[in-house]
Amino acid sequence: MKTTEDWSEELSWRCAACDRPLEMGQVTVTYMENSFTTDMPRCRQCGQVLVPEGLALGKMAEVEKILEDK
Amino acid sequence: MEQSDLKQWEQRCIQEEPPECTAACPLHVDARAFVRHVRDGRWREAWQTLARTMPLAGVLGRICDAPCQARCKRGEVGDAIRIGALERVCVAQAQENYRFTPLPSKGQRIAILGSGLSSLTAAWDLIRKSYGVTLYDAGDRPGAALQAQHAPILSGDSMTAELAWLEKWGVRFEAGAPLPTPSFFQQTVEEFDALYLGLDSIDSDQWPLTRNAEGSLQVDPQIFTTSNPKVFAGGLTSSTILRAAQGRWVATSMDRFLQKVSLTAGREKEGAFATRLFTSLAGVQPLRAVAMADAQSGYSAAEATAEAARCLNCQCLECVKVCPYLEAFGAYPRKYAREIYNNESIVMGTRTANTLINSCSLCGLCQAVCPEDFAMQDLCLQTRRSMVEKGKMPASAHEFALEDMAFSQSDDFFLVRHAPGQKQSSHLFFPGCQLCASSPGQAAALYDYLRTRLGSVGLALGCCGAPAHWAGRREESEKILNLWQKQWEEMGRPQFLLACSACHQMFRELRPQVPIQSVWETLAAVGLPESPNTSPSACLAIHDPCTTREALHLQTAARQVLAAAGIAAEELPLGQELTECCGFGGLMANANPSLAQEVTRRRAALSAHDYLTYCAMCRDRLAAVGKRALHLLDLIFPPAGESDPAARPRPGWSQRRENRARLKQMLLEKVWSEAPVAGANYAKINLMISAEVRKRLDERRILEEDLQQTIARAEAGGPRLRHPVTGRLRAAFRPRHVTFWVEYAPIKEGFEVFNAYCHRMEVKS
Repeated sequence: MKTTEDWSEELSWRCAACDRPLEMGQVTVTYMENSFTTDMPRCRQCGQVLVPEGLALGKMAEVEKILEDK
Repeated sequence: MEQSDLKQWEQRCIQEEPPECTAACPLHVDARAFVRHVRDGRWREAWQTLARTMPLAGVLGRICDAPCQARCKRGEVGDAIRIGALERVCVAQAQENYRFTPLPSKGQRIAILGSGLSSLTAAWDLIRKSYGVTLYDAGDRPGAALQAQHAPILSGDSMTAELAWLEKWGVRFEAGAPLPTPSFFQQTVEEFDALYLGLDSIDSDQWPLTRNAEGSLQVDPQIFTTSNPKVFAGGLTSSTILRAAQGRWVATSMDRFLQKVSLTAGREKEGAFATRLFTSLAGVQPLRAVAMADAQSGYSAAEATAEAARCLNCQCLECVKVCPYLEAFGAYPRKYAREIYNNESIVMGTRTANTLINSCSLCGLCQAVCPEDFAMQDLCLQTRRSMVEKGKMPASAHEFALEDMAFSQSDDFFLVRHAPGQKQSSHLFFPGCQLCASSPGQAAALYDYLRTRLGSVGLALGCCGAPAHWAGRREESEKILNLWQKQWEEMGRPQFLLACSACHQMFRELRPQVPIQSVWETLAAVGLPESPNTSPSACLAIHDPCTTREALHLQTAARQVLAAAGIAAEELPLGQELTECCGFGGLMANANPSLAQEVTRRRAALSAHDYLTYCAMCRDRLAAVGKRALHLLDLIFPPAGESDPAARPRPGWSQRRENRARLKQMLLEKVWSEAPVAGANYAKINLMISAEVRKRLDERRILEEDLQQTIARAEAGGPRLRHPVTGRLRAAFRPRHVTFWVEYAPIKEGFEVFNAYCHRMEVKS
């Protein structure tokens, strides 16, 4: 799930529990028995991910449809 | 769907049937395409269209007697298109090279006697089938008699040009042959593998062939055989195009004879035939044919294009004209049936027709306007069922509606009671989930009124199962219908009084044993309550819900109620049995929200009057696109505190749930004097949401309940993110198949929500 989005806004958020800034890191995305990895903002310490709004409504929705139609 | 089912579906849609002009032409020239090219001044393409089917287009195009014109649909409104005259100007305008692909010779030789139109056509076709062809003519020059017969139109070099083509492809011309003599006949029969007698240019009583009582040659009228198996004959007709056609059919017979295959099989569609194509002439203005400035020389190019512009370009498309859904996918039911079949047959790969299948509103208007009864709704519903059975239904298509249905069937809303103090019910009022979601006060007022008029009227709050039915989930819809049937039996088999026409359709079609009546019928029978000043402020037009298409008595009853209220309303151009869906039917709005909105907009634009309807979902969808719309109950039980009920906005999805839950609590308290039941803890969280954010969340189908759950979990110690500058929090929660993200901040009264979004994929680090 490659994307050219600018995530500087998302990366300015901090994990509330660990009080650490979010950093880009590998996450696993799963849908309908399909699984793949990509990079998203996340807390390096506890692993809490932030799925950006633009990604959720754009590319993710597109891939969801593709997988549903498979 | 089996292949045989597909064939039946395809057969039913007549859009690809040929137009009358093509069906009337013995050669099946695509006159519709030809005229279209002429209209657009594309002379080259026009000529190619003729030459694709016509032999010797340079000759035949000049002398074709155009039997197509007698069946031209334009002729029913004005004059038929003068297709023959257009052919003449076209072949004079453009002369292209004919396509000819030489094949290896079959090594068999055919003699053609005479050089009339049938002979020349037979030669034209047989040389293409790679036979050796020799054409014998009695005169000095082949085609001379035909040319003389059609002077002056064939006087130029048109005949010479076509003969040159034949010669180029290998037809041998033999002039001065003694065609009528028995010796020549005998010699040719022996020398060649087959022989054609072109009776349009030669005849002889000396040929040793059987004759009928009148003395003419005995020829089979379909396959053109004579008493000698090697000898074929034809061309005895005054119609030029039919003479050419006979030459073509003879060539087919001779080819089959020499290939030793059946001379008769599969030839049913030779010649003129009846077509099933329907073309509506409604609204077509009559037009006379364009006059020729010079009748002698025929149409000029400019006159021809003007004449061609009168062509109706015959199509059916009756359903596509009235349905934005059928229009949106760019084709027509025959093609859609094929796409749906392919979609079902895919083993590996993308199912590209899922959206097509799930976008139909199942309203049945296509069938109502189709001359052949093609029911797109049946095709889509049966396919949805099969997708569900095979586990191939996209989860996102209907989930939101199914969860809303589950809410209606949950303790939050579901309720079945006899009237207070009663041990039995003669009637059971079933307001339906969406009337209660939209106007709980009116549902309650109607229940009170029905009790005062009919006495022992029980109440049933819940969903009829329509969303599951529309989603193709037969197991779930049956479960719900079985539940209602059991309730009906336990309550002593009361008559259901239904306020929603979708519920009415569900029970009518799927539980015919349960006696039902629409509340509009009930109100028409028992009369209306006295209500002060219910007159609407503007003219009204009636919008019938699509679920009443096959229940005209509901439409009549609604009009009776309206009349009893003393209010006049106009009919819409597409009303009653031709009414259109509001965009909610068949869960169109779930599977394809943007198309559903377009459907609602188009419906709303049919009249400038305020709409009056008797389906809560129709009213709310119309209101959502800015159309002023009233529900029939607005006239009988004017909503409290609404000075202009036609302008009241559509309640959002969250409101629709809350309205149902509150209605149940309110009725339990007021009608049955029972204490209200407390809701879940998160429901106590107070949210501040601006109107703009609220609208966005409703479009994204995110409920307040989803926000409350997400915030409750985050505030109880769940993972949260914090923005260092704004101090806002962001949290995610995945209660079932969807992850909700909420951006919020604590305030004194509770929490302010700034945004929310959701996705179905699961993300883990």
